[in-house]
Amino acid sequence: MKTKFNILTSTCVPLPLENVDTDQIIPARFLKATTKEGFGENLFRDWRYDKQGHKIESFVLNDPTYGGQILVAGKNFGSGSSREHAAWAIADYGFRVVVSSFFADIHKNNELNNFVLPVVVTEGFLAELFESIAQNPKMEVEVNLPAQTITNKATGKSESFEINSYKKLCLENGLDDIDFLLSNKDKITAWENASK
Amino acid sequence: MNTLFDKIWDAHVVTTVEDGPTQLYIDRLYCHEVTSPQAFAGLRARGIGCLRPEKIICMPDHNTPTHDQDKPIEDEVSKTQVDTLTKNAADFGLTHYGMMHPKNGIIHVVGPERGLTLPGMTIVCGDSHTSTHGAMGAVAFGIGTSEVEMVLASQCILQSKPQTMRITIDGKLGKGVTAKDVALYIIAKMTTSGATGYFVEYAGEAIRSLSMEGRLTLCNLSIEMGARGGMIAPDETTFAYIRGRENAPAGDDWDTALAYWKTLKSDEDAVFDCEVTFCAEEIEPMITYGTNPGMGMGITQHIPTTEQMSEAGKTSFIKSLEYMGFAPGESLLGKKIDYVFIGSCTNGRIEDFRDFASIVKGKQKADHVVAWIVPGSWEVDRQLREEGLDALFIEAGFEIRQPGCSACLAMNDDKIPAGKYAVSTSNRNFEGRQGPGARTLLASPLVAAAAAVTGVITDPRTFL
Ligand code: SF4
Repeated sequence: MKTKFNILTSTCVPLPLENVDTDQIIPARFLKATTKEGFGENLFRDWRYDKQGHKIESFVLNDPTYGGQILVAGKNFGSGSSREHAAWAIADYGFRVVVSSFFADIHKNNELNNFVLPVVVTEGFLAELFESIAQNPKMEVEVNLPAQTITNKATGKSESFEINSYKKLCLENGLDDIDFLLSNKDKITAWENASK
Repeated sequence: MNTLFDKIWDAHVVTTVEDGPTQLYIDRLYCHEVTSPQAFAGLRARGIGCLRPEKIICMPDHNTPTHDQDKPIEDEVSKTQVDTLTKNAADFGLTHYGMMHPKNGIIHVVGPERGLTLPGMTIVCGDSHTSTHGAMGAVAFGIGTSEVEMVLASQCILQSKPQTMRITIDGKLGKGVTAKDVALYIIAKMTTSGATGYFVEYAGEAIRSLSMEGRLTLCNLSIEMGARGGMIAPDETTFAYIRGRENAPAGDDWDTALAYWKTLKSDEDAVFDCEVTFCAEEIEPMITYGTNPGMGMGITQHIPTTEQMSEAGKTSFIKSLEYMGFAPGESLLGKKIDYVFIGSCTNGRIEDFRDFASIVKGKQKADHVVAWIVPGSWEVDRQLREEGLDALFIEAGFEIRQPGCSACLAMNDDKIPAGKYAVSTSNRNFEGRQGPGARTLLASPLVAAAAAVTGVITDPRTFL
C-alpha cells in the first residue's frame, strides 16, 4: 500500500450523494476481519448488491460506463464511524483519489494514512465535474500532487487544493508516520522526564 | 488567555514537525477488538513492541454476545477477533479485561468507571465515541487503526491542532429533558458536519447542572456533529465522581492531582475560534426521524417539509424518509414501534437504567414490543442488581442481557429485523446500523421507556 503518489490522470466514478457515511462505504458486518486486504470487494456493499447477493445494476460501481481511479462524491463524504476499514475498502478497490467538496475529519486522515488522496474542491467545481462526467463518462481528471492542482480535462478548468505539507511529503515518498515517530524516541523520553 | 483544550494539548506536545503536524504524547490508549488487530499485526511486521505497555488497556466489547458469555462465541469471525485481542494483549504485555471479567464492558463506560480516565489526560482509542471521556476534562478523540499502531509503537500520535469551539447552554433544563436530549438538540441545530474540524468545549448553566454520567452522554455524541471531540471543564461534580475509584490518585497524590485539576478550565479571556449559544428552555425530549443523528426534533414537533431545501439536500432527505417509512410534515407521536434498545456507550450507565425504571416501574411492557436491556458494563449490571432494578424490570416484562455494544451496531446477534422500528438509546441511526433494513429512532432512556410501555412513540413527560 505504500505507493508513491505524483501525478494521476484518470477517468472518474461519480457518486453524487451527500453525507455518504462510513457505514455505507463499508457496513459494520465486514469489520470482523483481522487483516487489511480484501475490503474492496465489499465497498458500498449494500448499494452494490441486493439481499440475495445479486448486483444492483443501477449502482455506479456496477455500471461499466464508469471506471477509473478517482471517486467523485457529494458533500460531507466519510461521516460517521471512524473505521479505517472504509479507507482500506476505497484503497483496495483501486481508488487513489477521492474528490468532494467536504470530507469528514477522521475519514480524511484515514485516507491519507492509506495513500489515498482526498481532494477538496469548491461546490462549483464539483457540480461542473459531475456534469462533465455525465456528458462524457470517459472524460479525464488530472490530479497533480506536487503542484496541488486538480484539472477537469473536459472543461480545462483547474483548482488548487490544500494538503498538509508533511502528508504531501509522505505520499510523494511512500513514507509512513511510524517510520517518522520511531526516529524520535529520545524526544519522547525527554518529554516524559520533564512532565513527571 | 488559553482555552481548556489548549492547556491540555500544549502540555502534551513532544515536538512539532516543521510545517507539519504535532507529535502529541498520549496518556491512555484504549483498544477494542475491531480496530486493533491490524495495528498489532503492523508492530509484528516491523518487529517492534509497545513503548509504554502500562498506559494501554484492552477489552472486547463490539462483538461480545449479550447472552451466554461464559460459552465460546458461536460466530467464528467474532470469536477470531475477540481471541486475537486476548492473544495480542498477552504477547505485548497489556492489561486486558476479557469477556466475563468483572471489569469488562464497553470501553467508554469502563474507562471513567474504573478511574482510568482522569482530568487533564490525552486519551485515544480506535473508536469515534472516544469523545465520551472528554466529559471528565480530558482531551479524548477517536483515531484510525494506523494511528492506533502509532500509539502502540511510540505512545505518541501525529496530529494537527484542531480549532476550538465553545457551545454554551444557558438556563435550566425542563422536566424530562436529559443530557441525551441536549445532545440531539445540539446536533439537529449544528447538523452532522457543523463542528467538523473543531474540538468543542461545552459550557453554561445547563451543562454545569448535568451529572457526571449525563456529561459523558453529551460528550459521547460530540462526534455526531463532526467534532474531533467534546469536553467539559472538571468541577466538584467531576472530582466527587472520581474520588475513591480504582486507579484514581489517593492520599497525597489526590491532593496534588486535585490542585492541578482545578486549574483545568478556560481562562476568562480565552478566545475560541467559534462560539455558539443555545437556550436550555427551548429543548424538549428529542427523537430522530431520519438516517443521521442530525435529523432530530422535539418529540411534539413535525418532520420538516422539503420546501427551501437544495436539490441535492432534498434527494438525500427523501431517500432517508423513504428508508424510515415516514412522510415530510408528519408527527411521530402515536406511531407504533417494534423494538426498544437501552444500552450503548451513550446511555448504558446506571443513571440511564434508573431513568428507564422511573417510567416502567409498576407498568407492563407493551405486548408487541421486544426490549433489549443491555448494561454498559458488568459494574453497571452489578449496580442495577444492587438497587433492585433487575426485579423491577423483570416484573414489568423485561429481560436484562449481558454487557457489550450489542444492538448499537449489531455486530453480534442483536439485530433489528428489516423494516422494524426501534427506539434506541444509542448514538447512530444510519441505514442498516442496527441490522440490514432496521429503522432506528434515537432517543433518551425516558423516551425509550415511554415507548416500551405504551408500544407507540409517546411524550415521556406524560408519565412524570
Ligand atoms: S456502544 Fe456503539 S458507539 Fe459505543 S463503542 Fe460500542 S458500537 Fe461504538
